[in-house]
Amino acid sequence: MAQSATTGAAAAQPVTTRGRPPSPRRAGGRPPGRMSRAAVHHPWWFALPAVVIFGGFFLLPNLLNFYYPFTDWSNYHTDINWVGTRNFREILDDGTLWRALRVTLVYALLAAFFQNLFGLLLALLLEKDTRFNRFFRALFFLPVLISALAVGYVFQALLNTDGAINETLGTDVPWLGSTSWTIVLVAVVHGWKWMGLAMLIYLAGLKGIPGDMLEAARADGAGPWRMFWSVRFPMLAPAVTFNVTTSLLGSMNTFDIVQATTGGGPASSTEVMNIYMFRVFGQGQWAEASAMSLVLFLVVVAMAFPLVIGLRRREQML
Amino acid sequence: MTAVLDTPGPRNAPLGPRIWRWARPTIVVALALVVIGIPLWLVLATSAKPRGEAINPNLDPPDHWQPGSNYADALDQGEMMRGFANSLLVIVPSVVLVLILGAAAAWVFARRRGKLVATAYAVCISGLLLPPAIITIVLQLRQLDLAGTRPGMIAVYTAMYLSTSIFFMTGFIRAIPYELEEAARMDGAKPLRIFLRIVLPLLRPVIATATIMVMLYAWSDIFYSFFVLGGGDAATLPINLYQVASAELYQENWHLIFAYVVVMSLPMIAIFLVAQRRIVSGITSGAVK
Repeated sequence: MAQSATTGAAAAQPVTTRGRPPSPRRAGGRPPGRMSRAAVHHPWWFALPAVVIFGGFFLLPNLLNFYYPFTDWSNYHTDINWVGTRNFREILDDGTLWRALRVTLVYALLAAFFQNLFGLLLALLLEKDTRFNRFFRALFFLPVLISALAVGYVFQALLNTDGAINETLGTDVPWLGSTSWTIVLVAVVHGWKWMGLAMLIYLAGLKGIPGDMLEAARADGAGPWRMFWSVRFPMLAPAVTFNVTTSLLGSMNTFDIVQATTGGGPASSTEVMNIYMFRVFGQGQWAEASAMSLVLFLVVVAMAFPLVIGLRRREQML
Repeated sequence: MTAVLDTPGPRNAPLGPRIWRWARPTIVVALALVVIGIPLWLVLATSAKPRGEAINPNLDPPDHWQPGSNYADALDQGEMMRGFANSLLVIVPSVVLVLILGAAAAWVFARRRGKLVATAYAVCISGLLLPPAIITIVLQLRQLDLAGTRPGMIAVYTAMYLSTSIFFMTGFIRAIPYELEEAARMDGAKPLRIFLRIVLPLLRPVIATATIMVMLYAWSDIFYSFFVLGGGDAATLPINLYQVASAELYQENWHLIFAYVVVMSLPMIAIFLVAQRRIVSGITSGAVK
């Protein structure tokens, strides 16, 4: 252990000096000289507090999360014993695991879809940098500033069976009472809350497209439709990468909006993993909550890697 | 070949673009009225209604305006001032720590090369995508005697948002010319001095952005604060709102809930109005590279 650490450090040293990209100060004629220049000028201890806090309160819990799901840690006794895969078998057998997994994935896909669709449409509508557009951009950004919990309550008041929408339309639709469609509606609310953020990023992406490229496409006779699909949309790749990755993974980790609109119902049809964890933790079954937390972690990791790599590759192909 | 004939010039623009010139603003205004206007009106109108009118929320204007007493009730019964103070007491230290620790780490990550640094950097920004293991965080905080306390919450927020700030700041520092540091070094400045006098001031734009982003998330966070702080004396504003909305006493009390929502949202809206340009440029610069 100690030896590998030393060799690791020794191996890292030459790389530290040699691996430096050509920079102006090299050209300045300073000899490579002391090996520890990097260490003197940018000492490690500057990074230490951040690494310690991040390691202690983010990494370590995630590592412990690989242990506690296999114990009987709960509110009902003080000792913690190893129980193997009992917790997982329980949530597998009663169907909770698959349901929570399915609900979370469906929700995340829908929420990411709506958030990006709304954001992109707004960006295209408000593309030109006029005073009119700037005002409306700020207006459509408003939901981003309001807490997700508050957004959830607002839409509960709108969508309740005796809520504002039914009252205005004179209908009696149980918007939040359908086991199949309510999840879509809640995902739309999620898209509504975050569309302003997606819009800003798409706007920046649109702005970054070189004008002469658009000019050339126009000279070649591309209509607005063709122009969008063949030129502008492909050029938006970095913005799409960022938006899709963050929205998809972010909405895997959702809680507030669902909690405030449906609380996981009806009949658990919107009970995403975080709501399950919250409910079960409240009942004192901490190990079960931890088991679900581990599943969420693994799913997010499994999604994050291909997503980041795949989207990056697509970006580089252009 | 017909393309040449169809070429839309500014003068002989076909019907499509001409209609679009009128249709676009119309669509924008209509969309804004429906998509933003209706929810906004619902919140503002309901927050001014007496209880009887607000039980079944609708879009009618209040028959009887009583915003004053509703807001006073929300402030008073919702223990808003306490929640406000509690929110500030955890968010301000978290933001300061995220910025200072993040900037110091980003400086090292941006300026040093090598496998070790690359690995440490990759690990430190992994929090951008990975979910925090909140359940085991609670266990760990209990063992450290930090569960339910503000220092515990601050540590959790700091760890959660460090990734974001390190990511933004490392990118930013890499773009700062090295000569600026070098010049100060020639004058004999030590690393700490260079960091404080040269790097930190240059980071101002990204610090502003990171502050706002962290505030935005932490101000409205309820999930993590629920697990760490619970509903006790240290409850933050969103927890208070949740309690107001869930308590038996307040069930169906939409007028109080929405008064609460308005007051709670005002600080973020004020910050946005003041620092709008910063926020927009900050959000977009990190995303589209």
